[in-house]
Amino acid sequence: MNERRALMNKIQQFDFTLKELHLYLDTHPDCRRALALFDKYRSAKQKCVDEYVKKFGPITPEQNSDANHWSWVDEPWPWERS
Amino acid sequence: MWQYEKKLQYPVNIKNPNPKLAMAIISQLGGPDGELAASLRYLNQRFAAPYSEVKGILTDIGTEELAHVEMISAILYQLTRNLSIDEIKKSGFDTYFVDHTTGIYPVAASGAPFTAAYFQSKGDVITDLTENMAAEQKARTTYDNILRLADDPDVRDPIRFLRQREIVHFQRFGEALRITQENLNAKNFYACNPSFDANCGKRR
Repeated sequence: MNERRALMNKIQQFDFTLKELHLYLDTHPDCRRALALFDKYRSAKQKCVDEYVKKFGPITPEQNSDANHWSWVDEPWPWERS
Repeated sequence: MWQYEKKLQYPVNIKNPNPKLAMAIISQLGGPDGELAASLRYLNQRFAAPYSEVKGILTDIGTEELAHVEMISAILYQLTRNLSIDEIKKSGFDTYFVDHTTGIYPVAASGAPFTAAYFQSKGDVITDLTENMAAEQKARTTYDNILRLADDPDVRDPIRFLRQREIVHFQRFGEALRITQENLNAKNFYACNPSFDANCGKRR
């Protein structure tokens, strides 16, 4: 697996963990254990996202940082990734 | 993937309920030229877009349309708060009320439920972008008509914002069509379908 895909894979795993905690917290908004886990995985995901954006470009439009080019539109789009 | 943001794109603060007006504005939720049809149109079409700028604009306008669905729904919600049964009967809102109470459900002003038949995803980028330009103008006309029916400045303000977005989107789709044509044979844009045929137009 190339570096780009490996890093995206990690982000997707953290995303999924956060999504599960998020939905659980929607119906258990005072669960301190889930809140702590959410916090932990949010920081872990952020590190991966920062690295990904720096190396491979933005995942959300506001992460575009190139002053000369709007990398947001650059290929590949998600449905094109193998 | 998508992430929800807990805010409206533009504020909606309507003091006075008006169920009769809600029954006209609901067409921009579930009607033929409404925001839901717009969003689904672009978010489905984008997979057939052969150029990066076009993939981007279809994704991003399709996403903005979802925020417009939410704004229209917020307008409908605020226009149908605290109604008495008498107001519901007198305003003509009873025909909607009987099926949906004051819940939000995508229908046209005529009462016809939302259908995917309101839009096309043709698998041809020129055809799709041309439909989109017409769709933005049709939505703009619908907002013009809503502005003829609405006196309340609390309603007119967010409706004017949405109307203006139609004009901006029309402009961007026009540019996307120009970008598409620049990738094709200037003597015959229609010689092949760049969304389907191999070696159609310039290589990117």
